[in-house]
Amino acid sequence: MPKVYIGCGAGFSGDRFDAAGPVVDTLAACDGSRYLIYEVLAERTLAIAQRLRRNNPEAGYSPYLDHYIEPILGQAKANGVRIVSNMGAANPLGAARRVLELAAEAGLADLRVAVVTGDNLLAVHSVETIRDLPTIEGIGLADREIVAANAYLGARPIADALALGVDVVLVGRTTDAALVLGPLIHEFGWAADDWDRLAQGTMAGHLLECGGQVTGAYFADPGFKDVPDLAEVGFPIAEVNEAGDMIITKAAHTGGLVSRATVIEQALYEIHDPASYLTPDVILDLSDISVEEIAPDRVRVTGAKGAPPPATLKATISIDGGWLGEGEITYAGPNALARAELAASVIRRRCQILGVQEPVRVDIFGAGAVHDNDIGSKRAQAKLSHVNLSQAKSPLSGEYRVRAAVRSAEKKTAQQVSDEVLSLYCSGPAAGGGVRQYVTEHVSTASILIDRDEVLPHVRAQEVFA
Amino acid sequence: MTTLEVPLHAIAHGRAGDKGNRSNISVVVYRLEAWNYLLDQVTADRVLDVFRHKGATACNRYELPNLRALNFVIDDALEGGVNGSLSIDGHGKTLSFLLLGEIKVRVPTECLPDGSPYL
Repeated sequence: MPKVYIGCGAGFSGDRFDAAGPVVDTLAACDGSRYLIYEVLAERTLAIAQRLRRNNPEAGYSPYLDHYIEPILGQAKANGVRIVSNMGAANPLGAARRVLELAAEAGLADLRVAVVTGDNLLAVHSVETIRDLPTIEGIGLADREIVAANAYLGARPIADALALGVDVVLVGRTTDAALVLGPLIHEFGWAADDWDRLAQGTMAGHLLECGGQVTGAYFADPGFKDVPDLAEVGFPIAEVNEAGDMIITKAAHTGGLVSRATVIEQALYEIHDPASYLTPDVILDLSDISVEEIAPDRVRVTGAKGAPPPATLKATISIDGGWLGEGEITYAGPNALARAELAASVIRRRCQILGVQEPVRVDIFGAGAVHDNDIGSKRAQAKLSHVNLSQAKSPLSGEYRVRAAVRSAEKKTAQQVSDEVLSLYCSGPAAGGGVRQYVTEHVSTASILIDRDEVLPHVRAQEVFA
Repeated sequence: MTTLEVPLHAIAHGRAGDKGNRSNISVVVYRLEAWNYLLDQVTADRVLDVFRHKGATACNRYELPNLRALNFVIDDALEGGVNGSLSIDGHGKTLSFLLLGEIKVRVPTECLPDGSPYL
């Protein structure tokens, strides 16, 4: 049975720029249709892209597009490896024009690119309409500036774009899995109600969408889960046949590994009810999948079941998220923890004196900070119980980093709290060093449900010409 | 039969994911022998207790016997998540190892992988 080969070149915006090379090399040697996907569009990444586009109408696509596309475009084209990516972000047309420029520079005059648009709800709905929709995740929308509103499209428009015969398809907000399911629908002509095959295709997409997370990256735990050559971890390739059977493998001559364990960890990543993973194309039930090692670095995944999708689509609303102010300082050597604790209490007292109303978190890294809460209650508990940390008989030596953090609608407050850490250089406990400060503007997100009929009539797949 | 009390980390691995203020953490046993001990001892209530200090309000446990895995979904575990958390790890990516370290299980030695550092 002929197979379709789909590789992944990136699993998030900022993933390694050189990961796709070995994937394209491997795909070029495969006997069947070949695709390369890049998933680079987290919810916040899209919101940032909307802001960039507001300031410059030509911008708003992935700022890393050149880094990802330029190194592999010639070889992909020469070997019939078609590229599907959400690098379009807030501006798929702009991204397409940039890819055509890169193609022209590389002497690929006949390269063809299509885009999918229609995910941007602000293009067809008023801000008021969107504000009235009930939120299902994240924070409420009342009185917040709406930066972006994008519905998750499914795989069909990607299949429609591929049917135009193009080499590259660029989209904005779709489900990550659609980047893989779209090519499979295009190749095999799976019907819109072929639920089990659509479920297998979605499963393949879910396994591939985070790049190295299925091939041994984000997995290694030395002595327990050892992974060869993590520095050159190979990115994944799915081999899928018309029946939807799939084998997960990885680029040849690379590090990493594909095993039952690596596949299972990724299969459950960001899943809630495993019997009911909602997408616009199908409800995926992965509760009875089988995961089987059939050869080194080759794992077969079968048994995903599908059911008709919901009548609504999920959309992400990005809203102004105010400012995050942070400051960090390190204490080391004899009695370091006690000096760090004193620094933490000085910061809290200073924030009181300055009248900071917002909650301020003070962490002590090295003392369980990341697993603790805003008020450090686990650290306090440890002090009271068997480990008498700050009043041990001999002073506790070590290395501890104090961090203060606040969120505020006001940049001034964020800066003030951050500056209180800086001031510890001269006005804090002995020998604090290595201050770093960060004051950053944030975007928050909420999720809403919107009727399919409100979105899908606006979705278009079209070829873009230079 | 020799039994040991060990952290969950000795018999299982896992990964944390986030959606909003909700965390999901998979727990997958290394050895088939450990599966029934995992089912019996690692309940949703025990997992919820691990995250109460962060404000967690509910925990659901999903069983995947084919994969010898449990999936825990913990509501309000992320102090606001990437939207609002003041923690340096707003996604809660490190929380899989909080769970693997805090929960202790009593199991026969054959539940641990060969050559485990816990043996």
